[in-house]
Amino acid sequence: MNALMRIDPRGMILPVGLIIVAEAAARLTNLQSDALAPPSDILLSGIKALADGSMLYATWQTLANAFAGLAIGFSLGMALGILMGLFRPLNRLLEVTVEVLRPIPSVALLPVALLVYGFGHRMEFSIVAFATLWPALILTRSAIAGIEPRLLEVSRALQLSLGARIFKIVIPAALPRIFVALRLAVGISLIVAVTVEVTTNPMGLGYKMMEASQGLQPGLALAYLVWVGMLGWAVNGIMVLAQKHLFGAAANVEARL
Amino acid sequence: MKVERLLWLGASVLVFAGFIYFWQLISDYRWVSPVFLPGPDRAWQALVRGITTGDLLVRWTATIERMIYGWLLASLAGICLGALIGSSERARAYIGPTLELMRPLPASAVVPLAIALLGLSETMVLAVIAFGGLWPMLLATVHGFSAVEPRLYEVSRALGLSRTAVIFKIALPSSMPDILAGMRLSLTVALILAVIGEMLASRDGLGSHIMLAARAFRSPDLFAGVILLGVTGLVSAMLLSWFESWMLRWRESR
Repeated sequence: MNALMRIDPRGMILPVGLIIVAEAAARLTNLQSDALAPPSDILLSGIKALADGSMLYATWQTLANAFAGLAIGFSLGMALGILMGLFRPLNRLLEVTVEVLRPIPSVALLPVALLVYGFGHRMEFSIVAFATLWPALILTRSAIAGIEPRLLEVSRALQLSLGARIFKIVIPAALPRIFVALRLAVGISLIVAVTVEVTTNPMGLGYKMMEASQGLQPGLALAYLVWVGMLGWAVNGIMVLAQKHLFGAAANVEARL
Repeated sequence: MKVERLLWLGASVLVFAGFIYFWQLISDYRWVSPVFLPGPDRAWQALVRGITTGDLLVRWTATIERMIYGWLLASLAGICLGALIGSSERARAYIGPTLELMRPLPASAVVPLAIALLGLSETMVLAVIAFGGLWPMLLATVHGFSAVEPRLYEVSRALGLSRTAVIFKIALPSSMPDILAGMRLSLTVALILAVIGEMLASRDGLGSHIMLAARAFRSPDLFAGVILLGVTGLVSAMLLSWFESWMLRWRESR
């Protein structure tokens, strides 16, 4: 993660060089393409779309869908993960169900959501919720399993109620690792939201990109592509910063699915 | 206790069967309209019918073929590029930040570009799968190479090994756990992108099958397709994790 904070000038040579080469190549060959555009054109289209608000509106739609789905999927997954982590029998009873449902690719549910909800917000965030539920469940469960057992003994000795045990002992102890799960899930939610929009749902950044590409505006389509990349990068950056700020040294845990 | 483990597994299967039975009840008592949610019996019938007539079977194999070809392409390219970048400090400094910039880009976001460049073709679908699957592979390999115990590199210098010998004898084996984890992630991505590619480019496969079934309100066919996709994901993940523990069996014996 250090690479994110410290900028090594050597690392900038490649992207900047590529942009210059692409620009020069496009100018020299007098590029007339339905798919590619010179970087300056991409930048101009991007600025124009930002200025007239269409890009920001699409961004808002995508983020709203992604985060609504994330809120539902992650909290459900976290609740299930806590219960399954605390009660071993429950974990063992649900094992087969979880392992069978988890590998269903989220896009396979796209037509189902389309059939049930039609186009719109609900079909999109239901898919995001499904996609984020599993990493939340699995990682929360393993975070609970990693809690110092003596803490749980203390809670038993103090005869805490289940609610008090979860909110006073379990969640605070597992929080750094749950936050790592959240960081992962935020990334997934954004990817899934854009995927749903590219594939079916006529709203948000993914659809705008598709529309620009099919409307033979390669500059605009590529500007959206760059914007989506920047958005993903910024969201991840914010999560990394928040993690460092909130948990300090406790943040140094890695998520493994 | 092996017996206890088996008993729990059996109980767990029963719980799963209970959920299926509940699904059956939902459709029997019409709690949810069967237009949206057919019972497991009807989904199963559609599945059996599709497989015996060969219709679904052909599409299923087409999807699996795409997934595997794209994944192999991605793995090969990812490991080779990752080895090149990871084995040299200088290459990491120059190329690493660009990779970090590209990483959060959703693979599905390049679909419009891929369609504009390659058309609604088989090549486009494969290119998208390979592109999406490349990142986890590449980053895992680079990470594996840069996490190699530095003393091993010192040893290789002391032995006067060539760079290829270092890669094949030291770096690749010691980054195997990372590479295998990357391959597992990459396979999941490959299945998702195969389905998306089929949906968008209308190539014959499970992706287009379930999309058409949904548009025509043939929900049993739709659920049959979803079940097959789930099975594909489950089986491929299981095979790969067996392969992984077999490849890494040396780790447990330590």
